Amino acid sequence: MKPVTRIHSRTAVLADENIDTDRIIPARFLTTTTCEGLGRHCFNDWRYLPDGSNNPAFPLNHSEGKDCAILVAGRNFGCGSSREHAPWALLDYGIRAVLSSEIADIFRNNALKNGLVAIVIGANEHRWLLDNPGIDLSIDVREQAITLPGGNVLHFELEPFARHCLLEGVDQMGFLLQHADAIGAFEQQREAA
Amino acid sequence: MTAVRTLFEKIWDAHLVAPETPDTPAILYVDLHLVHEVTSPQAFDELRAHGLKVRRPDRTLATLDHSTPTLPMNADGERPYATPQAHAQVSKLEANCREFGVELHGWDSADRGIVHVIGPELGATQPGMTIVCGDSHTSTHGAFGALAFGIGTTEVGHVLASQCLLQRKPKTLAVHVDGRLPQGVGAKDLILHVIGTIGVNGGTGHVIEYRGCAIEALSMEERMTVCNMSIEAGARAGLIAPDDTTFAWLEGRPHAPQGEAWERAVAHWRTLKTDDGARYDREVRIDASQVQPTVTYGTHPGSAIALDAPVPIARNAVEQRALDYMQGRVGQPMAGTKVDMVFVGSCTNGRLPDLREAARILRGRRVAKHVRMLVVPGSETVRRDAEAEGLHEVFRAAGAEWRLPGCSMCIAMNGDLAAPGQLVVSTSNRNFEGRQGKGARTVLASPATAAASAVAGHIADPREYRIQEEQAA
Ligand code: SF4
Repeated sequence: MKPVTRIHSRTAVLADENIDTDRIIPARFLTTTTCEGLGRHCFNDWRYLPDGSNNPAFPLNHSEGKDCAILVAGRNFGCGSSREHAPWALLDYGIRAVLSSEIADIFRNNALKNGLVAIVIGANEHRWLLDNPGIDLSIDVREQAITLPGGNVLHFELEPFARHCLLEGVDQMGFLLQHADAIGAFEQQREAA
Repeated sequence: MTAVRTLFEKIWDAHLVAPETPDTPAILYVDLHLVHEVTSPQAFDELRAHGLKVRRPDRTLATLDHSTPTLPMNADGERPYATPQAHAQVSKLEANCREFGVELHGWDSADRGIVHVIGPELGATQPGMTIVCGDSHTSTHGAFGALAFGIGTTEVGHVLASQCLLQRKPKTLAVHVDGRLPQGVGAKDLILHVIGTIGVNGGTGHVIEYRGCAIEALSMEERMTVCNMSIEAGARAGLIAPDDTTFAWLEGRPHAPQGEAWERAVAHWRTLKTDDGARYDREVRIDASQVQPTVTYGTHPGSAIALDAPVPIARNAVEQRALDYMQGRVGQPMAGTKVDMVFVGSCTNGRLPDLREAARILRGRRVAKHVRMLVVPGSETVRRDAEAEGLHEVFRAAGAEWRLPGCSMCIAMNGDLAAPGQLVVSTSNRNFEGRQGKGARTVLASPATAAASAVAGHIADPREYRIQEEQAA
């Protein structure tokens, strides 16, 4: 994973609540055996009309929604399945951070492991960001701070280990494998009992 | 003196290789890792890229279920895969299991089936275990008093390589279900009612422990239905304390301990319950006697109401969008809505008692002419047992299709799906937009409601069919 320290972008807004993983990446695209190229199908059935053309009702198809790396989404984003294809698709599509007042556990976990910064913010700030699409935000992962236009700063929580991994580009597998001896000792002790 | 603990805390504590610190999550040991074709290929690639082995193949169990066709081989011995990619995905798991020495319940296994159906059937799922799988409905195994949750593909790689998972300790939520379920109301109605009550995010960050006399009265299959849908309330896992019902169900299964080891295991399992006075982070009470046959009307599982209750008016644009998608009729009950397809199956309701429940209503009746009904057993074992009882004949005589085991229309990635706009009454667990095919509309229901709706041709109350039966008897 590449280190993620700062993200600067205009915001795109998908205000719907409970945007589930099937909407982020429909199941029929899960037969892939790699992680690449899923961006094409990100939000597939919302983004395209049945004839394959862009759906004008999908906010990210509009010029102001294009090329935004920060997505502000309605409450309970990413609910549903554990498919890591959801963050893979979002990243491949160009999204690097998701902000919501609530983000589903497994999705958030998966996102952070792939360098997609999933941030939970307070309900009032959330409301305001939903109501004001297309504004410039700057996210500082080290400081756990979002700078709004005009200079106001919003702090957010980030699980310290996830933050460390983002900043250093650390692969969590390495961390686990460093504990091989402790894992072996645990297994022995249990099997003896 | 040891402090009083909840069931969750007992299991958690017993699996800590390293406790969490402010800077690092806990390292949690995993007793059983279940693997399927959709969420594992990239994880095996990761192992290969780093020259790693599967640390404990003996604690890893794989099956084919999501992308697999439910129609039999053609005359040339070929399986009717939906796409070449689906076939490739299955082949890849077969090759990965061979290469890494993992036991696969593949096409030639007599035990193949949906991952959350076969784990318990084989007795691999046991009380007190930690169980993970790259699938959110891993919560199903919590019915046995195991701490079981879904993980992503990166974590599948972690567990393959280290048999461990990095986890922050979740919070606990007790859902007390008091009283008795009314006649003709089942576990699926109950869990839809619970999610309707606490909401699709009511369990976020929590492990739910279901308890109370209505839970104790449930069979193992019913408990699995309840725990299965914990994730639909956003919970990390669902748990039910093991008891004599659990032990009787597990005894003698292939992976269960035998003889003296069984006795010792049961003695230990009896200690797996929440101590008196232990605290949960939150508690909710549900009165089982208030639960009615329940269905969903919107596009998430929290939009659950009694099937004869009026569909509520949308409170915001998002709810309106869901109602529009479902072509819902505000103020009218879901009962009476015309049905195009009925699906009985999935890890929620694809077990033998579920099929019996549907067959009881279909016996001697016919599926309405305009309805297509698929019955998909959860595993080869369920299929064999159902066929031994002649249930497949009941389904076929009624005009339903009897298929091979798999996830099928629950996720609709194997070619079993509904057309745009079609309404499906489904015993599965998710009614998201497009879950059962692009533009398809899903109404979640119990096997009894699904069968009654198939016969009526519109969403129907199964109790009316039971009453007819009793009058005839
Ligand atoms: S039946 Fe449905 S929920 Fe269960 S494992 Fe298969 S796809 Fe997932």
